[in-house]
Amino acid sequence: MSWYRNLACVAFVVASGMAVAAATKSAPGTEPNAPAASAIDVKIDNFTFAPGTITVPKGTTVNWTNHDDIPHTVVAEDKTTFKSKALDTDDKFSYTFDKPGTYSYFCSLHPKMTAKVVVQ
Amino acid sequence: MSHSKKDEIQVDHNHDGVDRRGFLKCMAWAGTGTICLMSGGVLKSYSLSRLAELDPSQMKGELSFAQISDSHMGFNKAANPDVVATLKAAVAKINALPTPPEFLLHTGDISHLAKPEEFDTVDQILKGAVAKDVFFVPGEHDFVGDDGQQYRDRYAKGSKGAGWYSFDKKGVHFVGLVNVQNLKAGGLGSLGQDQLEWLEDDVKSLGSSTPVIVFAHIPLWSIYPDWGWGTEDSAQALSYLKRFGSVTVLNGHIHQTMQKVEGNVTFHTAASTAFPQPEPGKADSPGPMKVPAEQLRSLLGVTDVNFVRGKHAVAIVDRKLNQPDQVSQENQPSNY
Repeated sequence: MSWYRNLACVAFVVASGMAVAAATKSAPGTEPNAPAASAIDVKIDNFTFAPGTITVPKGTTVNWTNHDDIPHTVVAEDKTTFKSKALDTDDKFSYTFDKPGTYSYFCSLHPKMTAKVVVQ
Repeated sequence: MSHSKKDEIQVDHNHDGVDRRGFLKCMAWAGTGTICLMSGGVLKSYSLSRLAELDPSQMKGELSFAQISDSHMGFNKAANPDVVATLKAAVAKINALPTPPEFLLHTGDISHLAKPEEFDTVDQILKGAVAKDVFFVPGEHDFVGDDGQQYRDRYAKGSKGAGWYSFDKKGVHFVGLVNVQNLKAGGLGSLGQDQLEWLEDDVKSLGSSTPVIVFAHIPLWSIYPDWGWGTEDSAQALSYLKRFGSVTVLNGHIHQTMQKVEGNVTFHTAASTAFPQPEPGKADSPGPMKVPAEQLRSLLGVTDVNFVRGKHAVAIVDRKLNQPDQVSQENQPSNY
């Protein structure tokens, strides 16, 4: 049994190494140790933002897509930093986070729907 | 058959004004239709199936009006691809009432996305109602995008603040409240300090025997806070109404009928004319409930309200869109 486990471990390390190499390769011009700024998706499904908390490097663009058959909004808790229009089914909203900080947000139609973006 | 004792709050574990027994009882009413007659603070309730036992004279008040809610014009998903047809059916139901209502109340979510053409369509359909006056309060869908500016321009000229106002009809004082403005992350419906102060002042000079009917979109009682079905400062508003002998609160928002009596206050939520929503906690989310097409109209409806002076009675009748328009007079004995 331990042989299989070790093999699985080796496979995981190899795969991880390849992923790191791929990430480094895909972000030319950045410092080798800095995480690459990119884009990340947040789904709105069943009256929930998923993932509810995301931690991203600064410069990341977050793309929200509403998969519900009822409209939702994406509004920063301070109601000014970012504020989408009503997103009907399959509508999208994007915002690029340039400054580090914790950004709590909610749906202004269904305020019980809350989530946050942590920008490093 | 009186339910007044049974409907009093017995055990209020969550301090939300709802005990489990009362809550389940309310739920048993949902979808079946209920008549309530309040007399001197005592509520008698009858299911629609017992309508034949009522004295018809009690169903004819000096003031009669109908409530519609949550027309969500613009909604076109599977739960109801034709909200135009069901709103028209609701208007037809109102036009067929045995006592023609003097006016209509629309308790919000007129539109789905606050688009001008959505409001236009509703206005056009409501022109077909026998009652020409319609009094509105906004839902959160009517406020999306512009914090209600368009709503106020169309439906609340001369109102205060975000769109609240009051008026009198035949000695009954009506108060239209707005609890969908400035909603905060994680919060419930909210009236806000300015509106509360206005309400306190608005009812100050009324005699305690004046019947008061308050209408607002989000329920002014705590039905299911996890889904946002409540108003955080409603207790403050209701405290200004404690001295009145008869207070009726009419709400929408939850797309199903529920009723509760607490002291002098009868709370009632109306069905939507567009699509049903699940019973509290009975689904993962309060999203539109998809039911077989032949069942849809049994879950949509209108509410008509009769006020009988001298008896302090408000009779609230929910009518489903698939029910026969009139109760046969032959089936109603003169006494019960």
